[in-house]
Amino acid sequence: MKGNEAFGEAAIRAGTDGYFGYPITPQSEVMEYLMAEKPHERTGMVVLQAESEVASINMLYGGAGCGKKVMTSSSSPGISLMQEGISYMAGAELPCVILNVVRGGPGLGTIQPSQSDYFQSTKGGGHGDYRLITLAPSSVQEMYDFVGLGFEMAFKYRTPVLVLSDGAIGQMMEKVEIDAQVPRLTEEEIRENYPWATTGRYKGRERNIITSLDLDPARQERHNEALQRKYREIEKNEIRFEKIGCDDADYLFVAYGTSARICQKSMQLAREKGIKVGILRPITLFPFPYAEVEKMAEKVKGILSVEMSAGQMVEDILLAVKGKTKVEHYGRMGGIIPAPGEVVDALEQKIIKG
Amino acid sequence: MAETTIKSQIINPENLVYKKTDLMTDKVLSYCPGCGHGTTHRIIMEVIEEMGLMEDTIGIAPVGCSVLAYEFMNVDMQQAAHGRAPALATAVKRLMPHKTVFTYQGDGDLAAIGTAETIHAANRGENITIVFINNGIYGMTGGQMAPTTLPGMKSSTSPYGRDLGMMGHPLKITELVAQLPGTHYVTRQAVHTPSNVRKTKKAIRKAFELQKQNVGMSFVEVVSNCNSGWKMTPVQANHWMVENMFPYYPLGDIKVDGEIVPNN
Repeated sequence: MKGNEAFGEAAIRAGTDGYFGYPITPQSEVMEYLMAEKPHERTGMVVLQAESEVASINMLYGGAGCGKKVMTSSSSPGISLMQEGISYMAGAELPCVILNVVRGGPGLGTIQPSQSDYFQSTKGGGHGDYRLITLAPSSVQEMYDFVGLGFEMAFKYRTPVLVLSDGAIGQMMEKVEIDAQVPRLTEEEIRENYPWATTGRYKGRERNIITSLDLDPARQERHNEALQRKYREIEKNEIRFEKIGCDDADYLFVAYGTSARICQKSMQLAREKGIKVGILRPITLFPFPYAEVEKMAEKVKGILSVEMSAGQMVEDILLAVKGKTKVEHYGRMGGIIPAPGEVVDALEQKIIKG
Repeated sequence: MAETTIKSQIINPENLVYKKTDLMTDKVLSYCPGCGHGTTHRIIMEVIEEMGLMEDTIGIAPVGCSVLAYEFMNVDMQQAAHGRAPALATAVKRLMPHKTVFTYQGDGDLAAIGTAETIHAANRGENITIVFINNGIYGMTGGQMAPTTLPGMKSSTSPYGRDLGMMGHPLKITELVAQLPGTHYVTRQAVHTPSNVRKTKKAIRKAFELQKQNVGMSFVEVVSNCNSGWKMTPVQANHWMVENMFPYYPLGDIKVDGEIVPNN
C-alpha cells in the first residue's frame, strides 16, 4: 500500500466518523482511496470533498464539537490555510487528526517531499499560545498506526493531533499490518464519553457551548493556564522516539521521517568506514525528546541534525544539548532528498573534521 | 392596595398573554436598543420550542454583533470562526442527519469573508437553515462598510459614501443563493413591526419544517437596522431602513418549493 492509502484505510478502521478534505499533491490519494472504498457503506463514515482547506478544517471544528472522530489531510500550502481553524480548535479544545504530507515551500514551492513545516507544526502555526501533538511517521506502517494513536491522544487531551509526514512517505509503497475494524461510537456512547459535546440539549442538562471566545481577560488567562497545564502533561506522558545503533556510538544523527530512513543507510556506510554513528529518531516532534537528546549529548562527540529543510529541528536539538557537545545541521531543500553518502560526508566535514 | 390587586391579576397564569420562552436565557442582551437581533433570536427560539426541537437542535453562532448568540440562545451551540458557520453546520448535519442545525450570521460574516462557505453549502444542498441578518454595515467593529452597504451610504470606511466605482456594488447574496439548485426556500423578511415579526416567525418555522423534510437549504434573510452604526435613533433608523434598504432589498419570498418566485 502507498502511505497515503494506508492512512485512508486506517481512517475507516479506526472508526472515524468524518473525513473532510480538499485535493492537493502529494496527498490526494487519501481522499481518492476513501471515496473508492465507499466508507459510507462499510461503517457509515462521511467523506466530503470541501470547497477549500479553510472549509475542511472548519468542518472538523463542527464535527469535533459534536464529539465525532473527524480528520483531514492536506499538504503544506493547504495546511497553511488551515491554521486559523487549527488555532480555534486548540482554543475550543476540540480533538481531531490532521495529516500534513509535506512538500517543499515557501509559497506554492514544489510538489516534491520536504520537512520545512517543522516550525509551523511544533511551534504553533496559527495565532495564540497553543501546541499541537505532532507525530512523525517514517514508514507506511506508521502512516497507518498513527491514525489510531492520533485519535487516542486527541480525545485523551481534547486537542488537535498533527501527523507530520512528507511526500516520500505518502507516495512510498510498503507492506502494512492492518487492525480489526473499530466500531464507530453511537450517539449514546458519545453523550456518555464526551459530556461536553453539542449533541442536542437533552433534558436535565445545561446547554453545551463550543467556543474559543472569552472576553473576560481573567477568565481567558485561566483558560490559557489550563491549556498550558495540558501541554505540560503531554510533555510528561507522550514523548516517543526510537534509537538505532546508539549503544557504542561516538556520533549521533538526529532525524525524523524520511530523513531518518536516509540516515539508516548513512549509518551503515559510516560504520563501514569505521565511524561509529547512531540515530535518534524523534517520533513525537511535540513533545520533543529533549531529555533523551541531552543524555546522548553527554555520550557522543557530536550531533548532526539531518532534515529536509534549512535547519528547523536543529534549534530544538541545541536547546536540548545546552552546549554539551557540538551540533550541526545538514539539509537539502526545495524537494531534494539527500543521498546517504552526502550525509556521511556532512558528518565528516561538519562534525568530525570541523 | 389597588395597585397590588392589579399586579396580582396580571401575573395570574390565566391572565398571562405573553411569556418569554425558556429557550432564551435570562442574560441581558448585549444588543443596542432597537436592533433586530434580539427579536430575531427570540423568534428562532420560540419556533424551536413550539416545534419541540430543543433536544435536537445545534445552533452555530458567527463572528459579529451576534458572536455571543450562544449566551442568549438556550440550546447547544457552537461558535464559529468568521464566516465559517456554514462549514461547521455542514459537518454537524452530515454527521447527525436527524438533528436540526441552523447558523445565525450577519452580512459581513455571511456575504464577505464567508461567501465561499455560504455559496458552497447552498450549492451542495446542505439540509440546514441559515438565518442571515442584513443591516448593511459591520456593527461590532464600529460601523465599517459591509458587502451590503448601499450605494452612497456612509460608514466609517466609506466616510464620503459608498462609491460604486471605487468600492464595488452591494451584494445581493440572497438572490444569488436562490439561483442555486441546492436551496429550497429563500426569503427576505424584517422585524421592525409586529406584522413583520409575525411574518418572519412564519418564515423561520417554515424553514425548520423544511429541514425536517431533507429538501435542501432553507435561507431566511432578515433586514435589520443598525441604529448605532447608522448614527440614528432606533425610530429614525427604522424609517431609513424602510425608505432605503427595502427598495434595494425588497421583502418577500424569493424562492419557494425550489422554484424562483416570479417578479421578485
